[in-house]
Amino acid sequence: MSAVVSETPLAGVVKAAKKPARFSLARRTIITPILLSLLLIAITLITVMTGSRPFNQTVIDVLVRVIFVVGLYIFIGNSGVLSFGHVGFACLGAYATAWLTINPIMKSSALPGLPEWLLQTRLPYWEAAVLAALFAGVAALIFGRVLMRLSGIAASIATFAVLAMINTIYSNWDSVTGGTSSVVGIPIIRTIWPYLIGAVVAIFIAWAHAISRSGLALRAARDEPIAASASGVDIPKERLVAFVVSGAVMGLGGALMAHSIGVVTPDTFYLSLTFTTLSMLVVGGMGSLSGGVIGVVLLSALIQALRWLEAGVPIGESTFAMPKGLQEIALGIIMIVILALRPSGLMGNREVTLPRRNRG
Amino acid sequence: MLQILFDALSLGSLYALGALGIALIFGVMRLVNFAHGDVIAFCVFALLWPSTDAMAIVFAGQLPWYLLVPFVLLCGAGLSVLCEIVVFRRFRKANPATMMITSFALGFVIRYFLLMLYSSRPKSISLLPTLSQPVEIFGARLPLLQLITIIATMAILIGLTLFLRQTRFGLEMRAAAENFSMARMLGVRANRVIMGAFALSGALAGAIALIFGSQTGTADIQMGASIMLMAFIATVIGGLGSLGGAVLAGFLLGAASVVMQVMLPVDARPFRDAFVYGAVILVLLFRPQGLIAARGTKERV
Repeated sequence: MSAVVSETPLAGVVKAAKKPARFSLARRTIITPILLSLLLIAITLITVMTGSRPFNQTVIDVLVRVIFVVGLYIFIGNSGVLSFGHVGFACLGAYATAWLTINPIMKSSALPGLPEWLLQTRLPYWEAAVLAALFAGVAALIFGRVLMRLSGIAASIATFAVLAMINTIYSNWDSVTGGTSSVVGIPIIRTIWPYLIGAVVAIFIAWAHAISRSGLALRAARDEPIAASASGVDIPKERLVAFVVSGAVMGLGGALMAHSIGVVTPDTFYLSLTFTTLSMLVVGGMGSLSGGVIGVVLLSALIQALRWLEAGVPIGESTFAMPKGLQEIALGIIMIVILALRPSGLMGNREVTLPRRNRG
Repeated sequence: MLQILFDALSLGSLYALGALGIALIFGVMRLVNFAHGDVIAFCVFALLWPSTDAMAIVFAGQLPWYLLVPFVLLCGAGLSVLCEIVVFRRFRKANPATMMITSFALGFVIRYFLLMLYSSRPKSISLLPTLSQPVEIFGARLPLLQLITIIATMAILIGLTLFLRQTRFGLEMRAAAENFSMARMLGVRANRVIMGAFALSGALAGAIALIFGSQTGTADIQMGASIMLMAFIATVIGGLGSLGGAVLAGFLLGAASVVMQVMLPVDARPFRDAFVYGAVILVLLFRPQGLIAARGTKERV
């Protein structure tokens, strides 16, 4: 992969303003999502060729995390506001797909509080995943209407409150969500392709949003809030757009995650998933789509290697195994070291593109 | 009625102390310290001898109280200062988001360090058992512990206020919270002030650990998380960086939780926390800068 530094698409739009060629911004930046998708496709193909089952599951996890982190990027990267609440939308998506796909007989005994029409419904998983994404998007719209009026750290903590709120409700509303016990019976999809498609779709959504009018305005507001609002950017509105789009992508990710493991509990979608996904985004580089995707791939590889060490590696006659918990400790330490060396993440604000000839 | 008041005050005390610990650090270095909750958990576990058995083997917990209390406070302060020296010192110039994630990662490291030594099973401990006996005040039967919690919190708050207002170090710390670079130019030592803030905040975490540990009678590596979440929220509603605001908001949150516990219909009670978080978002909508806006946090153009 040839990574060449290029400016954010914002610089492109200034030039385009003089002579607005059609789709010039789209043509100039589309190489980034294509390269990232190729990376994921390559990983998937290697997995399919090795044909190993545990490896298959690992790569499915990676692809689901890509969806989450891209979802986070759409809001956090473009607005510059850290959000801790997005995993809540993944939780909404996962439960929505559970409601829609579980066998009606099981559903009426496990979740008797659901409305009659929902108890009778049984959709194929991909329809359910799309509906789950829409549901999460609507929820993000409702929460976002309120939250986006806040700024900076207040908004970050308020999103934390949203996460805790969703978790409290889903942990206690026994008749509809099964409380803290796990909801079982979600059809498990073991083939890797749906997850690949989900991740690629997420990447292209993020790209389309980033070069849309709203995305450009939002990034302008992130870098120069006062200048942007003086030029007529309605910051709360643009933030809301990003929040809804990213909420929907998180919902999609949550739904696919539910289908990859087959059970959901509210605590699957709480602090530890928030921490993992956020750290992948920040390590990769908060302001960059490529950073997010690369962060997921790198940290997932690292987690996998550490897990493998924890399980025990045969060295000569004895097996060397790390004590339990060391995996997380090592992960935390590596993250701190990366952040100390590169405070704005591995990619910073840059994207991967092909080398361009005429720059200027 | 009196019972409710005391419940609210003692829960509020915990939140207020937690919020204070976070606000102190935020004031001097604009760091939202997610590792605070894990420092609390560390202090509780410092009382136990490392073992992965379900039965807790008491270590320092056997000390008489006049040694136990300083020991736990020192543990908290020590760990907190260590975090500053090893980690946060390298992030002074980083942006707040990076610092937040770093503290998150550090908290994670501390938590799994505890998990490695003690396993994830909650352990029952009896910390200062004499305190759980009830006492009778104005016709209400209260656990002695609740009373001591409230009194201790008041003492800590008064002590801290005196410290910040009357000593040179307190003055430096307040100056640094208001305008850090100006304070440095006027001769305030940055390292000293920041380490002082971390030590104080760690000692507060130790105090919370003592109170919470003897209230619940269990040691759990997750125990810091719930208090910390409320403490954060309290710091924000109180106005980030404002110490008085943090304390006020901590007590308000405690009061709101207890009042909702009593007022809500039985069916809605499990959702109490959801209502509290909802109320928090409402407060933020009307006062985004917090109840008491701190000076020096507003950005200038």
